[in-house]
Amino acid sequence: MLELRNVSKVVGADTHIADISLTLNHGSLNVLLGPTLSGKTSLMRLMAGLDVPTSGSIWFDGKDVTGVRVQKRNVAMVYQQFINYPAMTVYENIASPLRVAGIDKASIDREVRKAADLLKLTPYLDRTPLNLSGGQQQRTALARAIVKNASLVLLDEPLANLDYKLREELREELPKIFAEAGTIFVYATTEPHEALLLGGNTATLSQGRVTQFGPTVEVFRRPVDLVTAKTFADPPLNTIVLAKKGKHLLLDGGVNLPVPTDLVGIADGNYTIGFQPHHLSLDRSNAGSVPVRAKVSITEITGSESFIHLDFADVRWVMLTHGIRHYETDDEVEVFIDPRHIMVFDGNGRAVSAPSMAA
Amino acid sequence: MARIDVNHIRHSYLADPRKDSDFALKEVHHTFEDGGAYALLGPSGCGKTTLLNIISGLLRPSHGQLLFNGKDVTNLSTQERNIAQVFQFPVIYDTMTVYDNLAFPLRNRGVPEADVDRKVRETLEMTDLVSWAGRKARGLTADQKQKISLGRGLVRSDVNAILFDEPLTVIDPHMKWVLRSQLKQLHRRFGYTMVYVTHDQTEALTFAERVVVMYDGEIVQIGTPTELFERPRHTFVGYFIGSPGMNVMPVKVEGKVARLGSQSIQLPGALKSAEGAIELGVRPEYVRIGSKGMPVSITKVEDVGRHKVIRAKLEGRDIAAIIGEDDEIPADAKVSFEPAGINIYADSWRVEMGA
Amino acid sequence: MDKTWNNKAWFLVLPVLVLVAFSAVIPLMTVVNYSVQDTFGNNQFFWAGTEWFEELLASDRFWQAMGRNLIFSFIILAIEVPLGIFIALNMPKKGWGVPVCLVLMALPLLIPWNVVGTIWQVFGRNDIGLLGYTVNALGIDYNYVKDPFDAWVTVIVMDVWHWTSLVVLLCYAGLVSIPDAFYQAAKIDGASRWSVFRYIQLPKMQRVLLIAVLLRFMDSFMIYTEPFVVTGGGPGNSTTFLSIDLVKMALGQFDLGPAAAMSLVYFLIILLLSWVFYTVMTNYDAER
Repeated sequence: MLELRNVSKVVGADTHIADISLTLNHGSLNVLLGPTLSGKTSLMRLMAGLDVPTSGSIWFDGKDVTGVRVQKRNVAMVYQQFINYPAMTVYENIASPLRVAGIDKASIDREVRKAADLLKLTPYLDRTPLNLSGGQQQRTALARAIVKNASLVLLDEPLANLDYKLREELREELPKIFAEAGTIFVYATTEPHEALLLGGNTATLSQGRVTQFGPTVEVFRRPVDLVTAKTFADPPLNTIVLAKKGKHLLLDGGVNLPVPTDLVGIADGNYTIGFQPHHLSLDRSNAGSVPVRAKVSITEITGSESFIHLDFADVRWVMLTHGIRHYETDDEVEVFIDPRHIMVFDGNGRAVSAPSMAA
Repeated sequence: MARIDVNHIRHSYLADPRKDSDFALKEVHHTFEDGGAYALLGPSGCGKTTLLNIISGLLRPSHGQLLFNGKDVTNLSTQERNIAQVFQFPVIYDTMTVYDNLAFPLRNRGVPEADVDRKVRETLEMTDLVSWAGRKARGLTADQKQKISLGRGLVRSDVNAILFDEPLTVIDPHMKWVLRSQLKQLHRRFGYTMVYVTHDQTEALTFAERVVVMYDGEIVQIGTPTELFERPRHTFVGYFIGSPGMNVMPVKVEGKVARLGSQSIQLPGALKSAEGAIELGVRPEYVRIGSKGMPVSITKVEDVGRHKVIRAKLEGRDIAAIIGEDDEIPADAKVSFEPAGINIYADSWRVEMGA
Repeated sequence: MDKTWNNKAWFLVLPVLVLVAFSAVIPLMTVVNYSVQDTFGNNQFFWAGTEWFEELLASDRFWQAMGRNLIFSFIILAIEVPLGIFIALNMPKKGWGVPVCLVLMALPLLIPWNVVGTIWQVFGRNDIGLLGYTVNALGIDYNYVKDPFDAWVTVIVMDVWHWTSLVVLLCYAGLVSIPDAFYQAAKIDGASRWSVFRYIQLPKMQRVLLIAVLLRFMDSFMIYTEPFVVTGGGPGNSTTFLSIDLVKMALGQFDLGPAAAMSLVYFLIILLLSWVFYTVMTNYDAER
């Protein structure tokens, strides 16, 4: 169990990590999700022992390991760049951490072949990394991290330098590989989609803070604040400020949303409403849907889906619909918001409540 | 703006290419229409960047001809071709201000300062950089830097084409959406001929009117996003476009029926020809999960937010299906294929079906 | 928690501290000690206070040597930096030429100072030196032993020959780190050769150039061996730099007190200039 207790890291005038407390269990996959410079890499460096926190402490299995150097921590790391020993074969690369540990030849051979099999590297064991594709090079680095049998494996955007399709394949395989290894995995990414595919737990980061930590789907569906909801939305989250009066959420000249039943009791005033692009639709998906007239800015078509960028009042929304929809710029369209899927945030950006129907 | 004709172009990085496999670009023959938005899509090593560099003049092809508006430019330098290019990593002159960065290409060409000022202000407006004009380019974020790179192309009113080499690689997901839609708006408003190289299907499909799918130095298919999605000419296109890619399974076809193991699948029509290894391709979006159809065993459900991806085994083969986020999976799940989404392939190439 | 590892670190650097104490701190203290005393030999010392410092700062001899040093450093920087950049720009970036050029460039740097001095001392001689003989045969009156100007030219040419390579190698390292995309973009923007240098290559070389200037300045300010071997500080005092003067005073005349005072002033000047350079460089980094 890895525990971070009120960990902060300040470098000069910049706060890289601000008061983070996290508990990560053995056999768990933990995603750090956030944009560039949100503190993902800084946090991983602290976890690994490459940096010492300015304040707070780090505990591993009940022992204080703050300040214990990385060499003594049994940590493995995989980076965005493909880092392997260029002069060694794939076999030697995977075997290298075991040789350092002084394990006997037969065990090394067994472990290497097992890891190679898991990562589909068996046909390439005799090649050197530079004769492999990017995907295979990164698989080699992953195999080396896994074979080390480290108690903590840190992966810093490991798929970022790979082709889209290779990423897709590895993303599908990784959870299986992680499940077999049974150690603590920490995986940094900028992409919400990747977090959802990996599953496990997610910590959303923004400006050096963890805004929420919990099961990935839970964080996605019930964000505790607006920052988390925005971090965990791709396409971007649609938002608008509405005034609550009694049982209605209103905007002059356009919107009249019924207040979700469990929120009727909250005080009147201004609230920020957030909803995902696929919860905006062109047809009345259910009887309660609320129509809104918006102007088309641009349409993007992927072949199976359309992303329609809309201007409404003073905000820009994205609508994601199945099928192909052609609209010209400045076309007026009637779109529907499904009130079952809206999230309501107060003036401080805290979630007033999650959507009443979550599934 | 210009029409670009790529006439039987082949290229090899070797001095003395002998075999077909020595060529990074096997043979490309295609016309990019004036004012079109094109994407070159394919995995790394497929030759897409080679083709782009041949168009921009950074590479001279081993064989073939390149025409801009019918004029042979094969031996012209990059400057003489008058194109703009945005690279994977932002290229900015970091000692200059944003304004001077945009003015640079005009000043190099000896444009009078009054015209420079007018054009630069227009471009700042177009790229949303007005409030940054006086700032040194060095301290800006990646997406702003990339806009400067783009702006240096837009500022020249006479460019023949704007070329993009994976321009969103270093941009955060949220900013990708913003930049992409701005790019698209610019194309709409000003009608530039644009060629966009990427390995990311979402970028390619959303940006381009026509997508050129490349594989192993060759063009596999050119089509609109819809054509590529619904009628992939080759199983590679089926696999490469769509997420997850197309389900492809070997079948035996008898008349209007395809046999997959012990199952029979009704086809929309009979094959016009059927020689070689026959496969059936169906996208996960056209696989229906319900209580009717072929029995499957579900191995995994991936909740990706806006929908769920079902991984299952059908007759011992992996198959993927996509269902809505609120859809239920019946206990005794069965699958069926929507006839409109079925394609048949012979030796990996699509064959037409009659009525 | 920081402390546990800091204590260990102190323990580990202890041997180095002892070494530095013996090699630098103790000799330095001895010099400080000498600088405030007078001696007539026999290890008899008398307190002299700041007398030597006053005398030194008032002496023409010191200021002339200092002036020569500054002029020398300025001239060799003015030649070596542009020349180094020019050579680096024209070196091949790939192919078989790269290792060949790098080895050729590194050669002068591998030769010991006194050997460089000897080479040029012989090279420049009128009777047997290839250079001296040839130049004289061409009708130019050249004699570094007699003519102060010729002596300066010889010392400067020798330094340029010896050290320009360092500037070249540093600049070359800066140049090869520029991604190809920058050159391609510049082509597309229609930039001239000069613009490419001014707006891409020079900004990217700025850091290494600062290091090069700092190194060359400090080194040239401390120059001793080569001019000592070639000209011995002459003719007259024309190539007597601070360090040469110092040695003359300390060993030749055995004026330990004034020599020690001079060493200290010399040391302080170099320290001050290094600090100025360091500040400039770190400010530059912070700005990035």
